[in-house]
Amino acid sequence: MTGGLRIPDAAAGARVLAFGDYRPARIVTNDELAETVDTNDEWIRSRVGIAERRIAGDDEGIVELGAHAGGKALAGSGLAPSDIDLVILATCSAESPMPGYAPQVAHRLGIDAPGAFDINAACAGFCYALATASAAVRAGSARNVLVVGSEKMSQWLDWTDRSTCIIFADGAGAAVVAASDSPGIGPVVWGSAGDKYDKIIIPTRHSFIQQEGQAVFRWATTAIAPVAVEACERAGIRPEDLAAIVPHQANLRIIEAIARKMKAKDAVVADDIVQSGNTSGASIPLALSRMIERGDVPSGAPALLVGFGAGLSYAAQVIQIP
Amino acid sequence: MADIATEQQILDGLAEIIDDIVGIDKSEVTPEKNFIDDLDIDSLSMVEIAVAAQDQFGVEIPDDELRNLKTVKDVVNFVQNHEAAAKS
Repeated sequence: MTGGLRIPDAAAGARVLAFGDYRPARIVTNDELAETVDTNDEWIRSRVGIAERRIAGDDEGIVELGAHAGGKALAGSGLAPSDIDLVILATCSAESPMPGYAPQVAHRLGIDAPGAFDINAACAGFCYALATASAAVRAGSARNVLVVGSEKMSQWLDWTDRSTCIIFADGAGAAVVAASDSPGIGPVVWGSAGDKYDKIIIPTRHSFIQQEGQAVFRWATTAIAPVAVEACERAGIRPEDLAAIVPHQANLRIIEAIARKMKAKDAVVADDIVQSGNTSGASIPLALSRMIERGDVPSGAPALLVGFGAGLSYAAQVIQIP
Repeated sequence: MADIATEQQILDGLAEIIDDIVGIDKSEVTPEKNFIDDLDIDSLSMVEIAVAAQDQFGVEIPDDELRNLKTVKDVVNFVQNHEAAAKS
């Protein structure tokens, strides 16, 4: 046999057609948390930047949250469920490790028999999933991809641990990725630091999220801005040309430190953490959906996405706002 | 051998870093001041200050050490001692 195997034609580029988000109805304020753990509104706002967060109900799990956000993105994209042939779901807070949740989200949305799988890159999960979707479309492995970040962090929280229960929250965000003549999703810059695996961890199946806050803060405020700047360089965009910077909503002070170091003077910086808390792999599409809805960022403008967290794993890419 | 910063130079540099990061006027940053009690600087800001100090003076202040540095003078001394060790 000569010439190798047949492969699909490659697409010139991939782009995001639409984003979607879902925020659970229940709002938990800092004052409410202060009733059960030794903390207060001023402390939480000044250290983490959170005013309130959403917590999912008992009847809402990874599938329900993800299907809400995915359905919204799908509706915004103008595509039919039958147009989607790959579903990638990023989560690190699932109820159980098996089965994966992407097939169920697809089923809920009436997407018939797509390729479907979950990924776990924690708070960087959405950026990993988006990069994988973009690569699949460009390689011809999929035509249209639904990318979902869905997190129910509340089910892995020790509600007596004031260092974590004030930070993490629930929610889901999604994007529909399709082929395009001009690339609207830039090259991903991704990496990891497995030697720091224990800095953010659920150590056993019967334990909760634990975090070494100071070590994570140091890492995030020093290691991540260079990754974000490199993603701009690789996409051929100067940081000062960015319309938006959408870091994982980990901590407002980390977000501000990253933005300050990027020197992107005209960029709107996502601060959805104030209302939504840290929703891990869902935080970037949640924040961006709201920015688009509010008209903070014009269609076609370049936005930098950067996720970072447990692993430790990180990823960044520039996209054009749909 | 590279130049070693004097105590005064380290103090001035540190005051500038603190002004940049938490907006406390340089004149407030005197050796005897306690970061938490006198300057109202919290542990996360201390991490940012430590990282900036590392960039400026080339001396790493790990989290374990940072915990024990309570006053401005503690940091100045730490930088001075380790700078001398690093560059001699």
